[in-house]
Amino acid sequence: MIVEIGHYALALALGVSIIQALVPLWGLSRHDRALASVGASAALVSFALVALSFAALVASYARSDFSVANVYANSHSAQPLIYKLTSVWGNHEGSLLLWVLILTLFGALVALSRNSLPPRLRAGALATQGLVATAFLAFTLLTSNPFQRLSPAPAEGQDLNPILQDLGLAIHPPLLYIGYVGFSMTYAFAVAALIDGRIDAMWARAVRPWTLLAWIFLTLGIAMGSYWAYYELGWGGWWFWDPVENASFMPWLAGTALLHSIVVMEKRDALKVWTILLAILTFSLSLLGTFIVRSGVLTSVHSFASDPARGLFILLILMAFVGGSLALFAWRAPLLRQGGLFAPVSRESALVVNNVFLATACATVFIGTLYPLALEMVTGDKISVGAPFFDATFVPIMVPLLLILPIGQSLAWKRGDLLGAAQRNAAAFGLALLAALALIAFTRGGPVLAPLAVGLGLFLVLGAGFDLGERIAARASGWPAMFSRAKGLPRSAWGTAFAHAGVGLSIIGIAASAWSSEAIGTLKPGEKLTAGRYTIVLESVSLRNGPNFRADVARFQLFADGRELAPLEASKRVYTARAMPTTEAGIRTQWLSQAYVSLGEAQGDGLAVRLYDKPMILLIWIGSLVMAFGGALSLTDRRFRLAAPRRAAAMAAPAPAE
Amino acid sequence: MTIAEPAGRAPVRRRMTRKQRRLMLIAAAGAVLALALGLVLFAMRDTIVFFYGPTEIAEKGVQPGARLRLGGLVEEGSVKRGPGQQVAFAITDGKSVVQVSYSGLLPDLFREGQGVVTEGIFQGGGRFKADSVLAKHDEKYMPREVADTLKKQGHWQGEAGAAPAAAKP
Repeated sequence: MIVEIGHYALALALGVSIIQALVPLWGLSRHDRALASVGASAALVSFALVALSFAALVASYARSDFSVANVYANSHSAQPLIYKLTSVWGNHEGSLLLWVLILTLFGALVALSRNSLPPRLRAGALATQGLVATAFLAFTLLTSNPFQRLSPAPAEGQDLNPILQDLGLAIHPPLLYIGYVGFSMTYAFAVAALIDGRIDAMWARAVRPWTLLAWIFLTLGIAMGSYWAYYELGWGGWWFWDPVENASFMPWLAGTALLHSIVVMEKRDALKVWTILLAILTFSLSLLGTFIVRSGVLTSVHSFASDPARGLFILLILMAFVGGSLALFAWRAPLLRQGGLFAPVSRESALVVNNVFLATACATVFIGTLYPLALEMVTGDKISVGAPFFDATFVPIMVPLLLILPIGQSLAWKRGDLLGAAQRNAAAFGLALLAALALIAFTRGGPVLAPLAVGLGLFLVLGAGFDLGERIAARASGWPAMFSRAKGLPRSAWGTAFAHAGVGLSIIGIAASAWSSEAIGTLKPGEKLTAGRYTIVLESVSLRNGPNFRADVARFQLFADGRELAPLEASKRVYTARAMPTTEAGIRTQWLSQAYVSLGEAQGDGLAVRLYDKPMILLIWIGSLVMAFGGALSLTDRRFRLAAPRRAAAMAAPAPAE
Repeated sequence: MTIAEPAGRAPVRRRMTRKQRRLMLIAAAGAVLALALGLVLFAMRDTIVFFYGPTEIAEKGVQPGARLRLGGLVEEGSVKRGPGQQVAFAITDGKSVVQVSYSGLLPDLFREGQGVVTEGIFQGGGRFKADSVLAKHDEKYMPREVADTLKKQGHWQGEAGAAPAAAKP
């Protein structure tokens, strides 16, 4: 019964979404306010229905109802409850339902947000959002129905892919989806602005929080996915330039560019047409990512079972939304009033440079990801484009951008002083360069580029810190004055500093992988293996039983630079339902560095073991967290709480309606 | 023609017109794009790795010393372990066979009779020295390239063929 209710709610949501898409557009064209505002109620109803449907699927998983085909194929009664619940989105149908849930959630949030969105803009955005929801609800219902029944109901499920039976599955997909789908909001606002034919700083102010929100979650989602791959796959790698990773990285790059161009639009009323285009492109890349991952054109853990009908359907959605919005752009963009001019040396110019580089970097990732697919379609040749390609293209484009980042950050709006900005950053640059040179001298004979990259990362961190310090210390003397100035600085200034410092921290972590070391050996109990600073001695191998797996657990003594640490365990699991083995790496964190042990097969009376020394590796993800934290600080900036002054005004005057 | 900056502050510098500024912006963006295009074309020449099946290697006359990806099925009974981490196995597409040598840990899902993709250097004479053996994420799925290779040689039985093999311990 619950299953049927879920299915029915999903079908109803499709109907409501069609209303949400069409009625406000009709209202807009007739200048009928009542009709145009139907979108808000429809968005709320649609969210409630999809949430009900999602809850029904969750309930089926929680009760291990194997009469539902989706539950049968991806769950097992012996799974711990948490993995039963996360299994909901560990498969194609369920993850699509999560996608739609988040999509409608954003629609509902816009409908509820009490800020001063111009009514026409809100109506247009909700209608666009309704169109996207309609397309994806139709896709779910027609090709990927999670509520399909099986008769007779099997007694036991087929279990979830063991690699996905991890806490990472609870966190990574929802975060990533909030990011991906969040950009649908910016897309909807861009399309609404094009329909309306008007765009101004107000638009930028309304859209920026949504962009920031999506960007924060996308950052966290990508970082979480990377850490998950690092500890779960047992290869010690954290980024493989895999098409699926690139699929999430492209919207991130475009979204980062968008975040910066929106600032220019908000402050200087310029870059309007470009910002609109970027908003469209960012969500288009999100859709492209969904296509790449969900259509089965690639084989990966993300693609689940592939079905040509699904691929074609997503391709049609992709073409309709990308093509449709670009056509609308070509038709309406000339109507948008040209924005203000700006001086070549100014913060806005620096932000334009940022956009040029980020868009170009995104384009190289795009080519590297799609060229193999295109080539295979045209000539039938199969090629793989991997890390060497991106090292040779993406990295050289990002380096100049990062080098000028601290200077751009300390330029003033309208009329910057390049010499002054360079002087202000001289100290940070000097210190970073000194550190890099010291590192080269200290690790003589080692890698040369890595210390320079560490220097670059340090430059970003110091530049962000010094810039903030200058803003606090300027025209303030004494601690109390400085403290109050620090408190008075806009949150977005703090956010900028944290986000940029986060980039620097991640770069240091990435650069430090040049000093990581690896050793492979076949160990019998009592034998040892050394990599970098770490040495392990195999103590024992024992058998252990989990709820739905058996595990061979190897216990090691761990030494760092000769000093003994607590013992470490790594294991090899075999999940009984699928007879599929997985490797559970043993990881010991020491400050920012990690010792990483993963097991191979038993060979004779020995055990194949791989040991890594990963210095400073945690900085990669800590940097991402700091970036996201910076984004969150910006999000709490006063000027986004537009409701505050309005509400105060409403209270001062007698408000009849409320 | 309005200029956004206050006039009195820059008496020496000649103000640029809107058109000049736009041209400068386009030139700068063009320069970055041209740089990127150059990098991409340059990287395309020597960072891209082709994928072949055993039969294609023979047919296309791949030169010894070429870096490539090789995919197919691990031939039953062909896996031989040497000292240390040395391992030798044969990759087949049902028609041709290539002998592969590899040193290192094999992925969890490496089994005889299963699909596999390796990357390394073709040695000539039907021998291949792999420096990586790529893991799959799930026992159910054949790497797509491998499935295509098998289809080409007429040895593809679909998912039904792969499932019984996966059921073995």
